[in-house]
Amino acid sequence: MSSREPATPEETMVVNAARELRNGQVCLVGVGPPNAATNLARRLHAPDCVLVYESGAIGAKPVRLPLSIGDDDLAETAQELVSVPEIFNYWVGAGRIDVGFLGAAQIDRYGNINTTVIGPYEEPKVRLPGAGGAPEIAAASREVYVLLRHSKRAFVEELDFVTSVGHRVDGRRRSDMGWIGKGPTVVITDLGVLRPSPDDSELELVALHPGVEREDVTDATGWDLRVRDPLETTAPPTEEEIQALRKLRARELSRPRG
Amino acid sequence: MSRDDSRTAAKVMPLAEAVAGHVNDGDTIALEGFTHLIPFAAGHEVIRQERRDLTLVRLTPDLIYDQMIGMGCAAKMIFSYGGNPGVGSLHRMRDAVENGWPRPLELVEHSHAGMANAYVAGASRLPFGILRGYAGTDLVDHNDCVAFIECPFTGERLTAVRAVNPDVAVIHAQQADHRGNVMLWGLSGVQKEAVLAAERSIVTVEELVDELEPRPHSVVLPSWVITAVCVVPGGSEPSYAAGYSVRDNDFYSEWDDIARDRDRFTEWMREHVLQAEVSATA
Repeated sequence: MSSREPATPEETMVVNAARELRNGQVCLVGVGPPNAATNLARRLHAPDCVLVYESGAIGAKPVRLPLSIGDDDLAETAQELVSVPEIFNYWVGAGRIDVGFLGAAQIDRYGNINTTVIGPYEEPKVRLPGAGGAPEIAAASREVYVLLRHSKRAFVEELDFVTSVGHRVDGRRRSDMGWIGKGPTVVITDLGVLRPSPDDSELELVALHPGVEREDVTDATGWDLRVRDPLETTAPPTEEEIQALRKLRARELSRPRG
Repeated sequence: MSRDDSRTAAKVMPLAEAVAGHVNDGDTIALEGFTHLIPFAAGHEVIRQERRDLTLVRLTPDLIYDQMIGMGCAAKMIFSYGGNPGVGSLHRMRDAVENGWPRPLELVEHSHAGMANAYVAGASRLPFGILRGYAGTDLVDHNDCVAFIECPFTGERLTAVRAVNPDVAVIHAQQADHRGNVMLWGLSGVQKEAVLAAERSIVTVEELVDELEPRPHSVVLPSWVITAVCVVPGGSEPSYAAGYSVRDNDFYSEWDDIARDRDRFTEWMREHVLQAEVSATA
């Protein structure tokens, strides 16, 4: 794609997610779009972000955008490599992660996440990959950023399965379950940005991406979505951001075969 | 659990002999390697020898268990992430779970942190591992191997996961020496824990060397905790072995199409796995 073409909604989502990361934060990078967002941030305003991958790579500085969270490029550029029990026990579980950056198949109004099944567990309509590292990353990171496309199938009134806990499950707050982190502090989609309400932690729409109408978002949400007043508009992706993202992805595509 | 008093050194042998001698129908088997060093060649040998009713254990089933499930080797799987990383679904696993093809697959489903600690407990020969995890998730309702306990010192409610002790662990490493000592380096996943948790272990290696030279980020497994060592260069492809190969990300992407269709999958396996036996023994 030429760099002159305007950002796609998906690119706008990834750019806005990258903007959320602050320089120097220690970030646990989930598979998929979070991987693109964190690596983009590191190339732009957050060069000193510490990227941690659940495969055991701490302080990875990949040259190419890795496809998996255990690519050779991550291991070769990491400050330290540790085993999987160590990454979860000493680093994630012990609360050493500032930001857990996660994707999701379904999310509800309290930021709970489903990546396990669509439909009943015993006879699922769609069997999704499952939990991976997400439950403990969501539980123990200081905050959680969630990145997913906005649709009624994804933003649901009730999850088919709670894989990872957000702010509240069945009336119980996350602190009642012993979880130390703040939970999801932002949800970035291809339509806009949601943040938990300071009162009861229910997600509310706080910003629209340029060209998106409020109804586009409320129509794509499976519950009666709260809208914060005043509702803001995100700054359009800059030429620098778009170019950096496309370059990053082009490197992934042009990767030589092993 | 009884201790084995006879410590015998690993024997270097052909892969087919190791699988024939140490992997039985109905076994609980763990092929480990977290993205890196996945023992594909050994998994393919299990498929060729038509092992059945296996319980497959692995954090990330990846393409290797997708292939073993699709070829009918597995009755049950203990796992924590059943996706094709960065690509999408494992279609053969989905077909088994959603439609029972080629046979139904029972799932025992964890988080990575839970699985990792189940292996740590297994390697330590303890009955359970301990962590902060699972609270508030629906995973708890569908997995009998997860329970909550009270800390005897602080009273904190903690999570216990039942130990995993496979009959046989299978891993791929970069090197072994002629005495059967094994060294792997790079991302080391849970391979050490899997080998020490298992009753028997098979290790495929890129090459045999005279001396194992110390390296950064390396794990050495002494000969006396390993059952069989098999020299299989490229035995982790399309995964990779740091220092020997890079991950074949194009193939991981192509697998999405191959595995989506039952016939195409079966044909691919016949051509690339079942017939590979002929050339290997020729």
